[in-house]
Amino acid sequence: MRINPRYINRLVRMGLNVQAYFTVGILIIIVAIIFFKGFPHTNFAFIFSFPEDMGREGGIFPSIVGTIQLALLSILLATPLGLGTAIFLTEYTKESLFTKFIRFGVESLAGIPSILYGLFGFIFFVIKLKMGWSLLAGVLTMTIMILPTIIRTSEEAIRAVPRQLRIVSYSLSASKWETIKKVVIPAAIPGILTGIMLSIGRAVGETAAIIFTMGSSLRLPLSLMDSGRTMAVHFYILAREGISMEKAYGTAVVLVLSILLINILAYYIMNKAIARYS
Amino acid sequence: MIDRTVLKEHLVKWVLVAFALSSLLFLFLIFIFILAEGLPLFLKVGVNKIIFGMKWAPTKGYFGIFPMIISSFLVTIGALIIGAPLGLSCAIYLSEYAGKRTKMLLKPAIELLAGIPSVVFGFLGVIYIVPLVRSYLGGSGFSLISTSLVLGVMILPTIISISFDALVSVPRTYREGSAAMGATKWQTIFKVIIPSAKSGILASFILGMGRAIGETMAVIMIAGNALKIPTSILDPLRTLTGNIALELAYATGDHRLGLFSTGVVLMVIIMILNYVANFGIKRKIAK
Amino acid sequence: MSFRHWVILLPLIAALLSCSAASNDKPGKKHTVTIAGSTSVMPFTEKLAEHFMVDHKNFIVDVQGGGSTAGIQATINNTVDLGMSSRPLKGEEKRLNTITICYDGIAVVVHPDNPVGELDLDRIRQIFSGRISNWRQLGWVNRKIDAVSREEGSGTRGAFEDLVMKGREIDDGTMVQDSNGSVKEVVATDPYAIGYISMGLVDRKVQPVAINGVKPSIKTIKSGRYKIVRPFLYVTNGELDPKSRQFVDYVLSKEGQKILKNEGLVGFYD
Repeated sequence: MRINPRYINRLVRMGLNVQAYFTVGILIIIVAIIFFKGFPHTNFAFIFSFPEDMGREGGIFPSIVGTIQLALLSILLATPLGLGTAIFLTEYTKESLFTKFIRFGVESLAGIPSILYGLFGFIFFVIKLKMGWSLLAGVLTMTIMILPTIIRTSEEAIRAVPRQLRIVSYSLSASKWETIKKVVIPAAIPGILTGIMLSIGRAVGETAAIIFTMGSSLRLPLSLMDSGRTMAVHFYILAREGISMEKAYGTAVVLVLSILLINILAYYIMNKAIARYS
Repeated sequence: MIDRTVLKEHLVKWVLVAFALSSLLFLFLIFIFILAEGLPLFLKVGVNKIIFGMKWAPTKGYFGIFPMIISSFLVTIGALIIGAPLGLSCAIYLSEYAGKRTKMLLKPAIELLAGIPSVVFGFLGVIYIVPLVRSYLGGSGFSLISTSLVLGVMILPTIISISFDALVSVPRTYREGSAAMGATKWQTIFKVIIPSAKSGILASFILGMGRAIGETMAVIMIAGNALKIPTSILDPLRTLTGNIALELAYATGDHRLGLFSTGVVLMVIIMILNYVANFGIKRKIAK
Repeated sequence: MSFRHWVILLPLIAALLSCSAASNDKPGKKHTVTIAGSTSVMPFTEKLAEHFMVDHKNFIVDVQGGGSTAGIQATINNTVDLGMSSRPLKGEEKRLNTITICYDGIAVVVHPDNPVGELDLDRIRQIFSGRISNWRQLGWVNRKIDAVSREEGSGTRGAFEDLVMKGREIDDGTMVQDSNGSVKEVVATDPYAIGYISMGLVDRKVQPVAINGVKPSIKTIKSGRYKIVRPFLYVTNGELDPKSRQFVDYVLSKEGQKILKNEGLVGFYD
């Protein structure tokens, strides 16, 4: 018996529709639970005071600062390195075994799970280079983690810049570097910034690699050699040890909110950059 | 004047070379380090004893990670069972049915889901999924099925975005040609579009697998971390990633080397997965 | 300066500012004592540090976990001032100085609603080695026993293996958590779970099991009736330096020991 394809059509459409909204629903449920359970505990004091009694009381200020320090310093290190590498790969070399080799390296490393970065960072930076658990070890590890992403997105963005732009620039007797600096990069900024924002988001949410390199001290990191927590690490410890459900939810709120803001900021900057430079 | 520009150009070039080489150095550093630390144990104890060994008790000389390899795969396949159909359906909906406004709503939502840290997933899994499994299905709740459920949700964004890209890159002419022959929308989707986006979709599954097998925090919070191969979906298990994370802080000497060996195995598995997936995507683009 | 330049400068400024933002503007040098090691000892050292720093405002005591072994290693490598250990030193480690700060009982715990409140040592051994796997065998419901252990290399597990398992191996099927706190959480939420944790962590969320008729408490440990006990140690490489000595003296003082006693540990004073 043949069923009218029109009915099947509608069924399929409904089925897919339901699943799509179910997926979004999962996100909404996650965010809703975190916010409803955590918001009552996040207030000005929570954000700006120090944890007491192992985190049972008090706030999460040191971990907020730790997160900012880690993310910013990692980006500061990784962006010139990554962008420079991307520029070099696209503008200064021809496709060759060498470039294929580099690209293979970047691709392979993009998939390495964070625990392996933690393993590497812990043994190499913390122990062998004797940095101890420190902001420095965390930053160096995180830099290596986000480098492939920055290289990849920057490369794609630069490649996508139409050749005509470059040709016109040369024809106006601009030098190679001038062309890159004033024409190519500005045109590629949306893509480059996407990579940067993605990486910041990753740095903020990362735990496995950080807990073994930056440590888990409750102190406010005042120098590169100090250990400290990021919000993600603090949240993990609070949750795992059952120290305080309320503080855990509160930390989660600040954490998820930050990531939300970073995403929104990313969209905003991207749209602005597209408007400005295209 | 010209000399200065030429000089500057050369300077810039060499600075960029330095940057590129530094990046390369960093990237390969981690590669080489893990290999360097992980290989010696393979040589000392024997590859078979490690990869096929059934007992992990490194302080007593046992470095068998076979149960963990199996568990990692089980949990990954479980995650795919949950994430692949759901993710593909979302991708199809987004590419074939969703209007512009719906797209603008759904796509950022998916990206946000991707941004939620894994510790949050793990936490919610422990608070909500584990007790549910314990009460309604049995066991302690810390189990294969709980972990697969949470991991399945975690890999959704990966599967959705890559499948979506594959689906929208199917040429319009395919859709038009199919419609011209009287096919309905779903017939077109199932018989024309999906098959031609096949390699991209498969690549998304494989990358989802790579993500699942590499996940650590959520897994150690939910999986129970027992060393035996699970005999039912309600049994606890330990993945390769979990093994490293649980014992890293305490391990010294050969124990530590054992963790590096675990890392090497993990790295190889993921690199193979990545390579296969990218190969699939490149074939799609080459078409 | 274009938009692009500000995007780079602002974060730099913010990062630099945040690094010095909350630094104390008190004059005078700050002494820092770094301590790392056993996750069992850590919460108590943290508590002591908190109180210590209230009276000694020019001190910063930085406490981290990482595990007994990592702490001992760090002490050998001189990357920390003091190491914390919840197990006795072995082999090469013995060249470090040890200071016993208190004693800690290891409590075997079950869910508060679990009627099985008493077990003998042999039974416990059989549970954790997998011989006894169902609560039915202990007179309760027909449910699998969800045994939870610490990970290999943990000081607490080492002590448990020495004092309770006595050579019998912990079964491969037992769940593993990487801190006493998380073991306690599992037992507190799973009615069919059983685990072992530091006695100092026992509170109303879990029920300590009476071993051979003796419940773990400060009294029973002091009297010697409860035998599953291990020392908490601070380890140093060579002589204690003056600033660490101040902290250790505090820990060993009446006040410090009182704090430990309040936390459920067994100190040197009454």
